Amino acid sequence: MTLLAVERIKLFSTRSPYWCSALALVLGVGLTAIIAASTDDGQLSIGVTQFGSSQLALSVVLVMAALAVTTEYRFSTIRATFLAVPNRTSALVAKTVVVAFIAGVLGEIIAFGSWGVAKLLSPASDLAINTGGEWRHVAGIGLLYGIGAVLAIAVGILVRQTAGAVAILLVWNMLLEGLIGIIPKVGTKIQAWLPFQNANNFLALPAGSDPGEGMAAGIDFKLSQWGSLAYFAGIAVALLVVALIVAKRRDA
Amino acid sequence: MIEAVRLRKHYGRTKAVDDLSFTVRPGRVTGFLGPNGAGKSTTMRMILGLDTPTGGDVKIDGKHYTEFKEPLRKVGALLDAKWVHPNRSARAHLKWLAVSNKIPASRVAEVLEIVGLSEVAHKNAGGFSLGMSQRLGIAGALLGDPEVLLFDEPVNGLDPEGIVWIRQFMHRLAGEGRTVFVSSHLLSEMAQTAQDLIVIGKGQLISQTTTEQFISDATKDHVRVRSPHAVKLREILAADATITEDAVDGALVVHGIPAEQIGEIAAEHQIVLHELSPQRGSLEEAFMQLTKESVEYHAH
Ligand SMILES: Nc1ncnc2c1ncn2[C@@H]1O[C@H](COP(=O)(O)OP(=O)(O)O)[C@@H](O)[C@H]1O
Ligand SMILES: [Mg+2]
Repeated sequence: MTLLAVERIKLFSTRSPYWCSALALVLGVGLTAIIAASTDDGQLSIGVTQFGSSQLALSVVLVMAALAVTTEYRFSTIRATFLAVPNRTSALVAKTVVVAFIAGVLGEIIAFGSWGVAKLLSPASDLAINTGGEWRHVAGIGLLYGIGAVLAIAVGILVRQTAGAVAILLVWNMLLEGLIGIIPKVGTKIQAWLPFQNANNFLALPAGSDPGEGMAAGIDFKLSQWGSLAYFAGIAVALLVVALIVAKRRDA
Repeated sequence: MIEAVRLRKHYGRTKAVDDLSFTVRPGRVTGFLGPNGAGKSTTMRMILGLDTPTGGDVKIDGKHYTEFKEPLRKVGALLDAKWVHPNRSARAHLKWLAVSNKIPASRVAEVLEIVGLSEVAHKNAGGFSLGMSQRLGIAGALLGDPEVLLFDEPVNGLDPEGIVWIRQFMHRLAGEGRTVFVSSHLLSEMAQTAQDLIVIGKGQLISQTTTEQFISDATKDHVRVRSPHAVKLREILAADATITEDAVDGALVVHGIPAEQIGEIAAEHQIVLHELSPQRGSLEEAFMQLTKESVEYHAH
């Protein structure tokens, strides 16, 4: 508990987490607002409300999480941290827990914020959250952010530089996994096992029930939707374990 | 007490610390002296568990730093005043340190008062001058009221007042029975600060003695002699003295024979002297001489 308090103080005593959260909120909710405003009233569906939160805002949250550790390396406060808490694994796990929790809460705020904005701007649309699939689609955003934060922190620990970590995360999430689908024949087969594709699969609404749903199209996932989430989480945790081992061995 | 035994640290082919053994005793200020690149900072990082030694071992009161549960209560260190987030206030910086080692929050205000930063505690550390940053670093080191204190080049970049302040401060800490280990590349600085000296060059131990002993050894009297027959004179004197040559003007520098005797010997051999001047060795000169073979690079 002590270490969680330490990381909380550290995180909230600098400005960047506030800026990143605000940016994620504006991008996530803002995109939904634009879509809602430009769609005829009554035509909006739940699947459309989370475009911003599941793509753009997710990237910002990944950056925020990576920054939480790369700035420590940049300003060498990681050394001050390891002097105060020589058990590096505990210190870094505490940071991961705090950041992932904040990312999760932020995810829920953005997801339901987006949903609320859509409902406000398009009152005639059927946006009621009834089925389990619909709940997962909206409330699942928080889980996605939390796990994404773990993955981003792992990358941050391994790379140590802000620019490098951010580039890796953004290219991976926004570009690479999508591009692999272009490869003839095997492309979509590989995609079925890529972490962010599985994250999208977790969110996906049941096919046919929602024509607005376009995410994760064309990929034949071998896992159930919750299985996809577990897989995404498994990869994030595995990467974190590698990062923790490296951090423990390497000179601070 | 800090005890290093055959400590080694290699970075690739660089032997930053090479088979270094020493002991730092409580109740005294121990200077860690060596030219730039001698391996002082590397040694301090190993003492604090930040870098893993390539070989050998270093312990504080018989334990590795990483074995202490709340290390800030045992060891306080200022390795680099810049290890602070520039957008975090001085108070917030000390606060998270305090929380991490279960140090009461009231102690934060106390150490800020001690180092004279109470007024600016709410300001971001990024805006601090080097002197203020050093003070913040010292506040961090004092936070846990530790028995052992490590300072790496604490006076670098400080104004004369700051230097005097730190010096007196370290004496007070040692006077309270604490172990104070402070590094510097300036002998003149160490001569005024430290009671004991551990001198290193190129990662190796050169000497471990009291400062007093070190200075008296290092500044033995010598005599400068210039003569048109320097070669002949050197041959004659060499039997009873250590003779070097001044790199600048080629004068003989004679250790071990007083000036009067050199004059008599010269007269006896009908050697003309152009200069015969007794010298009291300067501290820095002696230090340079001592560490010459082990100087990695010269500071300009
Ligand atoms: N992280 C590192 N990687 C590679 N070489 C290093 C590293 N740290 C120090 N060195 C080298 O080790 C030697 C000792 O450095 P250092 O301990 O900083 O000396 P000092 O503090 O006495 O000036 C130098 O040659 C330095 O270049
Ligand atoms: Mg140094």
